[in-house]
Amino acid sequence: MAVEGEKKPVLEMVQADGADEGCVTFVFHDEDHTLGNSLRYMIMKTVDVDFCGYTITHPSESKINFRIQTRGGIPATEPLRRGLNELSSVSQHVLNTFQARVNEFKERQEQPME
Amino acid sequence: MAATMSNVEEIRNRVILGEFDVKNVHSSDFPGNYPGYDDTWNMQKFQKNFRIDVVHLDENSMEFDMVGIDPAIANAFRRILLAEVPTMAIEKVFVYNNTSIVQDEVLAQRLGLVPIKADPRLFEYRNAGEESAEEEGSEIDTIQLQLKIKCSRNPRASKDSSDPRELYLNHMVYSRDITWVPIGNQADVFADSVIGPVHDDILIAQLRPGQELDIIMNCVKGVGKDHAKFSPVATASYRLLPEITLLELVEGEKAERLKRCFSRGVIDIEDVNGKKVAKVVNSRLDTCSREVLRHDDLKDVVKLGRLRDHFIFTVESTGILPPDVLVTEAIQVLMVKCQRFLNELDSTNME
Repeated sequence: MAVEGEKKPVLEMVQADGADEGCVTFVFHDEDHTLGNSLRYMIMKTVDVDFCGYTITHPSESKINFRIQTRGGIPATEPLRRGLNELSSVSQHVLNTFQARVNEFKERQEQPME
Repeated sequence: MAATMSNVEEIRNRVILGEFDVKNVHSSDFPGNYPGYDDTWNMQKFQKNFRIDVVHLDENSMEFDMVGIDPAIANAFRRILLAEVPTMAIEKVFVYNNTSIVQDEVLAQRLGLVPIKADPRLFEYRNAGEESAEEEGSEIDTIQLQLKIKCSRNPRASKDSSDPRELYLNHMVYSRDITWVPIGNQADVFADSVIGPVHDDILIAQLRPGQELDIIMNCVKGVGKDHAKFSPVATASYRLLPEITLLELVEGEKAERLKRCFSRGVIDIEDVNGKKVAKVVNSRLDTCSREVLRHDDLKDVVKLGRLRDHFIFTVESTGILPPDVLVTEAIQVLMVKCQRFLNELDSTNME
């Protein structure tokens, strides 16, 4: 276990005995399918990742177990970091596109009024 | 069964609606799944294929198409809209007097669900710790509202009247009777935006002469996963764009019947050399009822599918924020989530 914060832990890393750093279960606290599934999709898009999946431990617990197994001895934190960065930039692109389209739509609506 | 090239394209891009099953439901475009396809993540490719078209937008609802994105991410936006975009709602109700027949707890529940028009972006979350539970709210995290009303007889009512609307004054308590009590500098800060219920005609309680309500309410910032009263949307949903393909020429009585199997406006009947021929004009309008598959002579002439990456989003706001603002907020919430774990990952690796 890596982070055992004094207050509320946000992220924990769990590894089986003898497992290398390519096989890690991350525990995301206060998360659910929203981040779990979208991040799983982004990480599964990476070639070096052998397996990526998540479970919600129990309906009354607000945390997910997020498992990553990599190929070729790459540490599991690497695809996780890349996945988070990519998901963030995808969201940024969606946001920019959305705002541009909404502004266009509003301008188009105003014009016929005049 | 060997998958041919066109078959693979169909598995990757279409959800097929069959008579007894729905096929190709899950995304399968991952590296290693299909020989000859490069399915690794490619930002340029994504940006090239991604598009959004706004179809409808007004102050309460919007419809837009989001094309070229995986269901996992589109669903994240939908889930965030429902449960993680913050709003202000009544959380604490202090009942100083309630002589109406509505019990205190029922009244408090009803008040909690009234949408409050206040920009949640201008407020902070109240600390959830035990030590602060008893603390008074401050101007940055709390809105105070008051409901003080008493019912009385109408002295001007006619003697033989039996209509409560004429007999009594204030016998219906509406959300418009809730008034805002500014705390600290709130009166100056929110001078140009009136804080109060979004709708002024929500019936809260009914009174009879002599009964009264004297209530102070505290609104706090919260998210829909804590309680549905914080949810900023009446509904937020998406559906996939339907695709209807006619595999052979359908004419005459069959064409008329085919037309009736779908929603209005989906199939049109054209006159070709004196014959009535069915044609798909707008598959978007279809509800995908699959009625056509119940007709034995029609089920093999159509192919029903849905485009896997074409999402038709519908967002209906409760009126607190305009729907386009809600969507931008939702996208930002997902980015904040990513950043939160990136920061955590960085601080972990330092140790």
